[in-house]
Amino acid sequence: MEPKRIGHITKINGNMVTVEFEDFVVQNEVAYILHGKERLKSEIIRVRGKSAEMQVYESTGGLKVGEDVELTGELLSVELGPGLLGQIFDGLQNPLPNLAEQCGFFLKRGIYLEALPDDAKWDFTAIAKKGDIVRSGSKLGFVTEKIFKHFIMVPFGLKGSFEVAHMAENGEYTLKQPIAGLKDGAGKPHQVFMQQIWPVKVPIQAYSEKLKPQESLVTKMRIIDSLFPVARGGTYCIPGPFGAGKTVLQQLTSRHAEVDIVIIAACGERAGEVVETLKTFPDITDPRTGRPLIDRTVIICNTSSMPVAARESSVYTAVTIAEYYRQMGLNVLLLADSTSRWAQAMREMSGRLEEIPGEEAFPAYLESRIASFYERAGLVRLHDGTTGSVTIGGTVSPAGGNFEEPVTQSTLKVVGAFHGLSRERSDARRYPAIDPLISWSKYESFVDPSHVQGGHSILRKSHNVSQMMKVIGEEGTSLEDYIDYLKGEFFDFVYLQQNAFDEVDESTDAERQSYIFNFIHNILEAKFDFEDKEKALHFFQRLRQQFRGWNSAAWKTDEFDKIEKEISSLLEEPQRSAKETKGA
Amino acid sequence: MHKVYTDIIQISGDVITVEAEGIGYMDIAEVTTWQGASLAQVIRINGKRVSLQVFAGSRGISTGDKVRFLGHPMRIPSGDSLLGRIFNGSGTPLDKGPALSDNVIDIGGPPVNPTKRIIPNKMVRTGIPMIDVFNSLVESQKLPIFSIAGEPYNELLARIATQAEVDIIILGGMGLKHDDYLFFRDNLEEHGALSRSIFFIHTAANPTVECLLVPDISLAVAEEFALRGRRVLVLLTDMTNFCDALKEIAITMEQVPSNRGYPGDLYSQLAARYEKAVDFDTAGSITVLAATTMPGDDVTHPVPDNTGYITEGQFYLKNGVIEPFGSLSRLKQQVNGKTRDDHRTIMDTMIQLFANYRETVEKQAMGFQMSPWDKKLLKYGRLFEQSMMSLKVNIPLEKALDLGWEIMAECFTHEETGIKTAMIKKHWPGKR
Repeated sequence: MEPKRIGHITKINGNMVTVEFEDFVVQNEVAYILHGKERLKSEIIRVRGKSAEMQVYESTGGLKVGEDVELTGELLSVELGPGLLGQIFDGLQNPLPNLAEQCGFFLKRGIYLEALPDDAKWDFTAIAKKGDIVRSGSKLGFVTEKIFKHFIMVPFGLKGSFEVAHMAENGEYTLKQPIAGLKDGAGKPHQVFMQQIWPVKVPIQAYSEKLKPQESLVTKMRIIDSLFPVARGGTYCIPGPFGAGKTVLQQLTSRHAEVDIVIIAACGERAGEVVETLKTFPDITDPRTGRPLIDRTVIICNTSSMPVAARESSVYTAVTIAEYYRQMGLNVLLLADSTSRWAQAMREMSGRLEEIPGEEAFPAYLESRIASFYERAGLVRLHDGTTGSVTIGGTVSPAGGNFEEPVTQSTLKVVGAFHGLSRERSDARRYPAIDPLISWSKYESFVDPSHVQGGHSILRKSHNVSQMMKVIGEEGTSLEDYIDYLKGEFFDFVYLQQNAFDEVDESTDAERQSYIFNFIHNILEAKFDFEDKEKALHFFQRLRQQFRGWNSAAWKTDEFDKIEKEISSLLEEPQRSAKETKGA
Repeated sequence: MHKVYTDIIQISGDVITVEAEGIGYMDIAEVTTWQGASLAQVIRINGKRVSLQVFAGSRGISTGDKVRFLGHPMRIPSGDSLLGRIFNGSGTPLDKGPALSDNVIDIGGPPVNPTKRIIPNKMVRTGIPMIDVFNSLVESQKLPIFSIAGEPYNELLARIATQAEVDIIILGGMGLKHDDYLFFRDNLEEHGALSRSIFFIHTAANPTVECLLVPDISLAVAEEFALRGRRVLVLLTDMTNFCDALKEIAITMEQVPSNRGYPGDLYSQLAARYEKAVDFDTAGSITVLAATTMPGDDVTHPVPDNTGYITEGQFYLKNGVIEPFGSLSRLKQQVNGKTRDDHRTIMDTMIQLFANYRETVEKQAMGFQMSPWDKKLLKYGRLFEQSMMSLKVNIPLEKALDLGWEIMAECFTHEETGIKTAMIKKHWPGKR
């Protein structure tokens, strides 16, 4: 074992500490500040001559110049293995419930616990046999974690091909007991455990190729799935001012999205929101599996009052865990709320490093960091031919709600879909407050593209007419324009808006969406003859009322069919009355 | 025992730099000048050069003055002996009572483990219909009042404080006008609440930097009470002054400003304070109400903007009333479903009708003709403003709900309100 390398503190400025070292340091290696009995985790982020700057993942109160710093030579890493699902970690992968058991109400600094318990036993079943040729990411066996086959894979860090020298018998093992022995070309042995360690800032690349995301990821939000869809393995962002409902949207997505696993990265936001997820998910049943939602969820939580540097690492911790499950052929959705707080953490550190600031004092490398984070999403073909995906959805909290700011702009360059929330829509209580006039998606929806186009154009037309009416009043608007306006409003109210407090309306699956969208498309395309505006308004109000009831009726029930018939006969009315007028 | 240094090598703004060794980061020192002693806090260490922010300001400090390091972070006495007492921004008594030194605690302690929090579920009744009915305040909520200077936000805070059913009230005043301080004192005394209150007062006459400690002191004392099972209400007024003090120090320290001169960590600084609001799973709670004045009534100004991203909603105070649009209590859904069965109906319907009224007022101002429906709305709007919105109204929630039904019945037929039939049958005046 190499001797411990030790440095000494020379400067302290907020959460940045400068250390003087003797031998050498490694960029981004983890170091511990030895403060009395406390060991405070830090990371080397810049080296200049014989001194290096570190960001400290803890509060720096009480530190003194001259105190020892222990350099470890290891990059900031996470533990990967069975036992992650259902857990709640901080940004450094400390399990928060265990911390609470040990330290009570508060997060005491300098306490680091094992992310995965050593003593837990897992029932291992081998897949590989002695003599098999394997490579990094190959499946050696599996254990059952909650509802999934959790595959035990050849460590991602091993390069080249290996021969399986021996496999453990099927049976119960802890994470620290070897389950296989491998031999490389030169005959050098390697032991494999159920747990492996991986540096968070390095993408896991044990797959054969990255594919183009095509298949829709169904979120069961109509406005997203039909108009601005997200693809499995794709990326999207949700910028919006405060109070527009970013977090509520993320929470709904985390409940309803059709994926195998959801990783929630609560990054620099309110603790209360995490608590809500934490306390309600064990009691909500996932309709896809019949198990509690928490069983398919991992929460990484570094809320706004927790140390800032750990906020930066929390998104990497989250994406690494997402990639790990992707390697098993699962579809993973990572929800990061909010990437602006992560960017701000970078800004704070950059300021302390006295780097030349870019726009709004964000560092010049902001764009490339954001890009490389979203690039970790993707649909991949694994070595065994199966596919797995990581989809990333990040919220952005632009200062003043202005989308022209650097974080929003850098994010828009790299994502595949943009769901822009607007204050106007949230003030008008039109939820979800995704503004259909500014949002876009590069992915294809399961709804007929020409119908989607029709929807977009009626929304634009309707908006233009409503703007015009503000100036010239209703009287000055032509009946034809007025009907377009009503159609747009109707489409908005009964399809784009969704009531999160209604059991049925809160989530709409793909089949129902296609059916309803088709139905509405016919209404939007239909030509209605009304005597005057008042009749038109009255008609659309009744139609809206009926539709709302329809939205609350469960799919394919008698109630659903009954309302459908009523709506169909209501739709006959204007045509009929027009005929009568003409006939007379 | 404490180390004393006399080599002040730099004085710039309210920050002094002294040559010293073995000093802990964030530790407290006492700077003694001919005017007396002031507390100072270590904010940067570079080898032997230790920079401190001096809470009483640097005016009159001589390069030969004594700096005595106390060897610990900022501390404050806590506990029941503080009740009814008034202190300044660094915890020195302003009233005639004795200085306290018992049960001393560190300020700015570590964050709460999220797993030890519970989902807030207790409503705080204030007697103000615009809050109780439309945006219910919930125990452990953190909520600012956004307003322009000159609005009666301090009166509103005092009213909520005296009417809310909490065990302890802590007032943290930052840049408070002396009149306002006296107002708080007299008002709480009048309502017999002074004996369960603690004041930490920094007035506009004190050096700006001194207000930096006020939120931390107030919240540390509150936390100590909450851990002992008490329900604490903390009032912070005005947080914009706190942010301006942060800005002043950041600029003195030559930090790169991010937006309108404010430091890049403004969000984290504010969050560290507001996130102290908590409902512990096996102890008491802290509710935080703050006043945030918006320079130029601009909600995109960095202070209200960052605040809005942290807090659980906001009350907009405009023209002396709580504006129903823009005001939001994010936690109201946790409590308003279990007060009375008509609470949510009244909340939704009355606000929708009021929104229609506002549109009508606009139409009227533009000279469009008023239909019979418009006239009904105008009548409704005026009644609503008089008997619901005015801050003079002081009625319990149930009375306010009844009043809501009466107002609607006076202006509309029940079909026009769009309320469900079952609800009409139960509550509509004359139908009950």
